[in-house]
Amino acid sequence: MARTAVPGRLGQEGAGTGLRWRVATLVERRAENATASTLVLDVAGWPGHLAGQHVDVRLTAEDGYSAQRSYSLASAPGGQYVEITVQRVADGEVSPYLVDQLAVGDPVELRGPVGGWFVWQPGGTRPVLLIGGGSGVVPLMAMIRARRETADSTPFRLLHSVRSPAEGYYAAELTSGDPGLATDFLYTRTSPDGWPRRPGRIRQEDITAFAWPPQTEPMCYVCGPTGFVETTANLLVDLGHDPDRIRTERFGPSGG
Amino acid sequence: MGVVSPGFHGRPRESSRRLPPGQYETHDFPVLSAGPTPRIDREDWEFTVTTETGDRHSWNWAELTSLPSESPTLDLHCVTKWSKFDTSWQGVSLDVLLTGVETAADFVMVSSYGGYTTNLPLEDLLDGQAWIAYGYEGDDIPPEHGGPARLLVPHLYFWKSAKWVHGMRLLTGDEPGFWESLGYHDYGDPWREQRYQGD
Ligand SMILES: Cc1cc2nc3c(=O)[nH]c(=O)nc-3n(C[C@H](O)[C@H](O)[C@H](O)COP(=O)(O)OP(=O)(O)OC[C@H]3O[C@@H](n4cnc5c(N)ncnc54)[C@H](O)[C@@H]3O)c2cc1C
Repeated sequence: MARTAVPGRLGQEGAGTGLRWRVATLVERRAENATASTLVLDVAGWPGHLAGQHVDVRLTAEDGYSAQRSYSLASAPGGQYVEITVQRVADGEVSPYLVDQLAVGDPVELRGPVGGWFVWQPGGTRPVLLIGGGSGVVPLMAMIRARRETADSTPFRLLHSVRSPAEGYYAAELTSGDPGLATDFLYTRTSPDGWPRRPGRIRQEDITAFAWPPQTEPMCYVCGPTGFVETTANLLVDLGHDPDRIRTERFGPSGG
Repeated sequence: MGVVSPGFHGRPRESSRRLPPGQYETHDFPVLSAGPTPRIDREDWEFTVTTETGDRHSWNWAELTSLPSESPTLDLHCVTKWSKFDTSWQGVSLDVLLTGVETAADFVMVSSYGGYTTNLPLEDLLDGQAWIAYGYEGDDIPPEHGGPARLLVPHLYFWKSAKWVHGMRLLTGDEPGFWESLGYHDYGDPWREQRYQGD
């Protein structure tokens, strides 16, 4: 695990101040699919972030009870607003509120950016392989957007596993053809008509068919539900990718 | 109290006396790791304590598992907000492992197979507060949860409980480990919500 990340990234506001809670305001909500929405947030004094980092969101009830969860930043660094994309987890405490209830103009507290390891910065020399399961595509999208915003020419490939075509994320944007970005999809339950691959969870041949071979030494970013990340990272190691080039972010117990 | 989120009630809750601030209880066992799960053969497994003067004390698998063990039941608190109550483990107390180790060190850098590191004050590993565990819920520890053996320091956020533990360096000065050098808190007390630097 080579330490080439971003030391002290979270301390950037100066020693002793730490990561403050900030009040964000919902500016716009965009449905990504039937269960997930992107929330566009206006965060006064946002210190900026790197693609791949996340924020902690805190909801507070009238009786003072509060709940916190982490959400990856979907937007490229440097924009006017900060975006997160939240998938509604059935019976979840926080995600249904964010997806269905938080209204435009409502306040929500967050602090960040958090996490200096699962990040990509323009200007690197290695090709980049992104593999996401379900909402695990969110931080990967931030990397794709950061690459586009900076007109970086690092070769990128994104493999996105979703249940069905109806459960895609950023569909129009991902198929709009960024030069040097190749995108492919895996369907675990239902494929589009005529899709050559039979539906099912990610397998070794999916990776060999799409990913760069280990000899090209890509940086691999794998994100999604824990089971998906475990399986995919193991497959990459089996194929000969150096574990030091595989960075992972595990979102939660199941799904995807 | 934070800014009220209009219409947010939260989940019905019992008295959450055991839940540190900002945490929620889960019945799953989520996984937090920065990379792939390393593959470690018990035959090759070794745990080494290196003192500040360079003395080395090592245990292989047979040696570790033949030491007197304990079976603590522990509450775990992960910095990603989940807490899990009443998990049962089997392992060797660090009091046992460090008995014969001569040291004037105040700090420890724990290292894992795969390259992970985390730092702690030595006193947090003593007096029945920490174990090298090799059993979970009556079985082996699954690899993704740190098997074959992991450190357990349950009174600190769970990233301090290094999975795939391989060794410890005793140090006279504190140095940041992996997450600690990426902005996470140096000490990580969940009851004081010390998640990030400056908390
Ligand atoms: C670093 C990090 C980044 C994250 N980024 C994102 C993101 O960009 N977008 C996003 O939507 N989520 C993301 N998550 C997950 C998010 O933090 C919450 O865990 C998720 O929204 C569920 O919270 P909840 O309160 O709605 O459900 P909870 O009340 O926590 O859980 C309700 C039930 O659902 C189960 N459950 C929890 N999570 C999932 C899941 N993902 N799939 C299926 N079942 C689940 C629980 O085990 C429980 O039984 C991220 C998590 C981490 C650690």
